Amino acid sequence: MDIDRLNQMANQIARNLAMQGEAQAVDATFQHLQDFWDPRMKAAIIGSDRAGLDPIAKAAVERLAA
Amino acid sequence: MGYEPQADFGTPEVHSDTLVTLTIDGRSVTVPAGTSVMRAAGTCGGSIPSLCATDSVEAFGSCRMCLVEIEGARGLPASCTTPVAEGMVVRTQTEQLARVRKGVMELYISDHPLDCLTCSANNDCELQDTAAEVGLRDVRYGYDGANHLGAAIDTSNPYFDFDASKCIACSRCVRACDEVQGTLALTIDGRGFASKVSAGQAGDNFLSSECVSCGACVAACPTATLQEKAVKELGKPERAVITTCAYCGVGCTFRAEMKGEQLVRMVPWKDGKANRGHSCVKGRFAWGYANHQDRILAPMIRESIEDPWREVSWDEALAFTAGKLNAIKAQYGARALGGITSSRCTNEEVWLVQKLVRSGFGSNNVDTCARVCHSPTGYGLSKTFGTSAGTQDFDSVMDADVVLVIGANPTDGHPVFASRLKRRLRQGAKLIVIDPRRIDLVRSPHIAAQHHLALQPGTNVAVLTALAHVIITEGLADEAFVRERCDWDEYQDWARFVADERHSPEVLEAVTRVPAADLRAAARLYATGGNGAIYYGLGVTEHSQGSSTVIAIANLAMATGNIGRRGVGVNPLRGQNNVQGSCDMGSFPHELPGYRHISNDAVRAEFETDWGVALDAEPGLRIPNMLDAAIDGSFRALYVQGEDILQSDPNTHHVAAGLKAMDCVIVHDLFLNETANYAHVFLPGSTFLEKTGTFTNAERRIQMVRKVMEPANGGLEDWQVTQALANAMGLGWNYTDTDEIMDEIARLTPSFAGVSHARLDAEGSLQWPVNAAHPDGSPIMHEDGFVRGKGKFIVTDYVPTDEKTGPRFPLLLTTGRILSQYNVGAQTRRTANTVWHEEDLLEMHPTDAENRGLKDGDWAKLTSRTGETTLRVTVTDRVAPGVVYTTFHHPATQANVVTTEYSDWATNCPEYKVTAVQVMPSNGPSEWQETYASWSEKSRRIHKVAAE
Repeated sequence: MDIDRLNQMANQIARNLAMQGEAQAVDATFQHLQDFWDPRMKAAIIGSDRAGLDPIAKAAVERLAA
Repeated sequence: MGYEPQADFGTPEVHSDTLVTLTIDGRSVTVPAGTSVMRAAGTCGGSIPSLCATDSVEAFGSCRMCLVEIEGARGLPASCTTPVAEGMVVRTQTEQLARVRKGVMELYISDHPLDCLTCSANNDCELQDTAAEVGLRDVRYGYDGANHLGAAIDTSNPYFDFDASKCIACSRCVRACDEVQGTLALTIDGRGFASKVSAGQAGDNFLSSECVSCGACVAACPTATLQEKAVKELGKPERAVITTCAYCGVGCTFRAEMKGEQLVRMVPWKDGKANRGHSCVKGRFAWGYANHQDRILAPMIRESIEDPWREVSWDEALAFTAGKLNAIKAQYGARALGGITSSRCTNEEVWLVQKLVRSGFGSNNVDTCARVCHSPTGYGLSKTFGTSAGTQDFDSVMDADVVLVIGANPTDGHPVFASRLKRRLRQGAKLIVIDPRRIDLVRSPHIAAQHHLALQPGTNVAVLTALAHVIITEGLADEAFVRERCDWDEYQDWARFVADERHSPEVLEAVTRVPAADLRAAARLYATGGNGAIYYGLGVTEHSQGSSTVIAIANLAMATGNIGRRGVGVNPLRGQNNVQGSCDMGSFPHELPGYRHISNDAVRAEFETDWGVALDAEPGLRIPNMLDAAIDGSFRALYVQGEDILQSDPNTHHVAAGLKAMDCVIVHDLFLNETANYAHVFLPGSTFLEKTGTFTNAERRIQMVRKVMEPANGGLEDWQVTQALANAMGLGWNYTDTDEIMDEIARLTPSFAGVSHARLDAEGSLQWPVNAAHPDGSPIMHEDGFVRGKGKFIVTDYVPTDEKTGPRFPLLLTTGRILSQYNVGAQTRRTANTVWHEEDLLEMHPTDAENRGLKDGDWAKLTSRTGETTLRVTVTDRVAPGVVYTTFHHPATQANVVTTEYSDWATNCPEYKVTAVQVMPSNGPSEWQETYASWSEKSRRIHKVAAE
């Protein structure tokens, strides 16, 4: 999967949830990825270097990887 | 049923809690107060002759045929304009009345052609019937006097003729255009003997006038003056079947009037609860595609998309397809396969496709066209209210006091609902339009929006937050409602957020370009004007913040208490006829039918038990993700039923690359559409006239679709093709009819628990949820509380789209649709509707056009960072400076060559409404257009081989 595209999607989700405050936004972003992303998409972003992710999206992906 | 005209009670139904009892011809009748004597007579089986009265329009009282005697009343009052009164005694058949009626009839017939035997309305003519009813045998005046028998016939409209020589000047057509359609295109020109029906201005004919060809005038005409060309050519129908239109989400029901297997005409069904006897040009007339020569009727296969198609038998096509799918599954795993369900197909057909994907392919890679239209509606309304659907029935608009239309163009996209809305607006309801374009609703005959907030595309959330700011800071919220029905803490969080000064109209004006004073006035009107109803469309959903906008709309409705009763609500105007149903039927990759997440073990277990197969617990791929994965090599096969993603989905180059990367693309459709250019299997589909099942419209109304002719593809309805494919893959399905599929739907989908074909046949329609709590369905949702419990306020922050204008692409493109065409045009382009729209045009503001040296009708190159195309320019101030607009109905243009992969953050619904573009003069097709045309021609080659 195109990692730039996945990063853009994850960052966009995080940006739209950011107003909830960081902790809640990380929770919500994690849950969104969990609920709506296909396993290969999750695997690809988990397996990436996550350099292109904003802090909230990065924290959510890290939780996804845990 | 055989052919019988629809019942006509002469004047419209009246609703009143007060009942009145009177006596008509010795029979006691009880009707609501305000009912006409004519209608009261009709309800007790009587019949009063009339010519100018019909129950779709208000009484007019001009023809003098419906006179009656009323004890104690002077003279002979017209029964159509006389309301009933308690104790009234009416006689409808007396010697005096017979004499007067016969005399009036003589006058009519003295100026009417006596060609009944060769007239197209012979035996279906109210004038003829009335002449017989009054016993007319002679006309004392003769036929030699001045008359209109030589009047010319206007044949300009492609679907009906206007023969003025047969006109009796009853004004039914004029009143239908005024009252039913609300276009006011017709008038009675002249006075007295010179009176004549006239379309538009002097010199106009029906085609050049404002007429929108809805057919209301034709349906209202009592003679052959306004007559369908098909009836003139084919003769009177011999039977009628009630079915549901296959165009937009209004879901009009029609009588398909037939001669054998030949469809003669589609006439709106008066008892249809979605359309109440009205229609638009598409449903009424644009069904010719069903028998168009372009239809593919034999299955076809090919190893490579470079090869020509080869016609084969159904058995060979299915074996070839199943072999490919099974091989790909064996080599790459179940998640390499997927399907796309169709919002133009029935609930039963959608159910089988998603079942095939989940239980046969073994993945959750199923998606539907709602991905590119209303997926944000599902997300936003389920989060806030708990249900992925609109809250009202269409009738509800008649109780609205303030209507807020945002991102929708009902007169073009949902014309039959628009007529109802316009009727309410003419009665005095107020209108707020939020749209970058000056849509027709903003100003049309007898209608003017109180406020048109012409916002900058992409700033919906900012505008809605500013509206909420005014409502909260000016103390206009309905806190009693919120305290009772919503989560109070969440409301307070939201109220604090929107009340922040940075969300004031004055601060946000720089972003939205909406004058703050206008926005404040609109907010006050919505919050304080009585029942406030919001209607929205794809101008809300097809944005990077589509879901946020839906949530913001729901917040606004809850904050003002505009939810849970008639006249209010949040109403998504769904695009395609069964887009609500296709979503209900589990077409999304993360949820099973009934909007239940695939990871829910208990729900999944119900399906696994019923279907006898284990299901994948992980969400599948959405359409854009399928294409990404195809390019990546992990997604290899796609079954597409009744959609044309190459033309309808964004960034055509990307869609083409994805399709091209797949090993097996199966297109199941009526025509070789653009997606089929990249397909390996073509399975011929059946039209809505050739199948039985159900559609669910935008008001959650489930209605029957009934087969009126055998499928031309060899006799297979689409559900049978899907079943045959499933069985070729070894699944062993054995549905014998679609009612069995509906029974399975009801068994496994709580909101459909009480639905069956037998019940729909008996009751006409049902609005889900239909279950133990709502045994008769649910016209209005959330009446006693939200489905999710407490209504949920969710803060929505304005996050600008990543799509930016700049020196290279200084304009914003927004796309949409027009009245005469539908979606990718596969159906409507194959009808005479092309007379109104034969190509996609680019609307451009005069200033922008002048700056580029472009004039009306010039060819222009439309370029974005993803691609370019050429089309002709229409210069109009309907769009604001800096904004251009086009439609996507024609493959020769393919507007989606220039739209981008940017999409809604929550659902990936494409951001069709905001693309940064440049427009420059051009002298011919773009390189892409030429290349694609050549490819398309090559890909459509067919080696005709006699099928078994």
